[in-house]
Amino acid sequence: MPRKKPEPIQVIKQRRDAALHALAGGVPYIQYLGIQFDRRGDELTAVLPFADQLIGNPMLPAIHGGVTAAFLEVTALISLSWSYLWDDIETGVLEVETLEEGRLPRLPKTIDFTVDYLRSGLPRDAYARARITRSGRRYASVQAEAWQDNRDRPMAQATAHFLMPRPKS
Amino acid sequence: MTADTTETKARIARQFIQTIPHAEALGMEITQIGDGLAVITMPYDERLIGDPETGVVHGGAVSALMDTCGGAAVMSHPKSPAGTATINLRIDYMRGATPGQSITAKAECYHVTRSVAFVRATAYDEDESRPVATATGAFTVEGG
Repeated sequence: MPRKKPEPIQVIKQRRDAALHALAGGVPYIQYLGIQFDRRGDELTAVLPFADQLIGNPMLPAIHGGVTAAFLEVTALISLSWSYLWDDIETGVLEVETLEEGRLPRLPKTIDFTVDYLRSGLPRDAYARARITRSGRRYASVQAEAWQDNRDRPMAQATAHFLMPRPKS
Repeated sequence: MTADTTETKARIARQFIQTIPHAEALGMEITQIGDGLAVITMPYDERLIGDPETGVVHGGAVSALMDTCGGAAVMSHPKSPAGTATINLRIDYMRGATPGQSITAKAECYHVTRSVAFVRATAYDEDESRPVATATGAFTVEGG
């Protein structure tokens, strides 16, 4: 039997980008902080462009610790949701039209979130990536790290636990 | 410590918090501060929504409130000489805050060493019997 012809790359990219846009673009708080997501295949990098309203210590100046925490939490939650939905995005179980209308399946909920501040956040752009250390049926553990100029000099790291959505029975 | 210095400390802490651009952007207001205790309220704002379907505020905004309130509590403590920075913060989320209601954090700096201040905090919406989130954190003691 002949192998199924692969989908055109534009179709795949459109579907993935629509899903990511629906996931992050529809959340007011993510927009308010100005967080964007860079996608390479299934790998996501969150970007937080610097803005004056993000300052927590005007004397230094430094990014507000709460902003750094929120940035890591958003990165962890979106990355987890992204990996949770990936198969449904790839197989087309989740339709592009549905996603583009902003209709999303239920997403994980944060149970707890721990952030370690390693260096003060400078007044410039920040980046973050998350790693899902375990994704079970009910709970998931995620680690996230944020950095600015140097990837090897993180400004903060976080560990978070999430409650996974119950599948429709 | 005299009543005067306690009051001065509270005034300095209040002024400091009020000049934080991000605290101002979120509309945070100090309703009580002094002796290692701080209470800060953040009004409901549609820009802070984390779940567009329900209108529940994003956990990240609650984190920002907890962090600010924890820092304020440290600064107002009699044994804390000046500024502070967060070393780490753990937040447990009990439930989503009710949409439309303001969120209030109460932080207590319960122990201070020469280098570290320990804080616990609780956040409520208008129903004070059911916390929205609790937090524990360690903060630096600057200039000690």
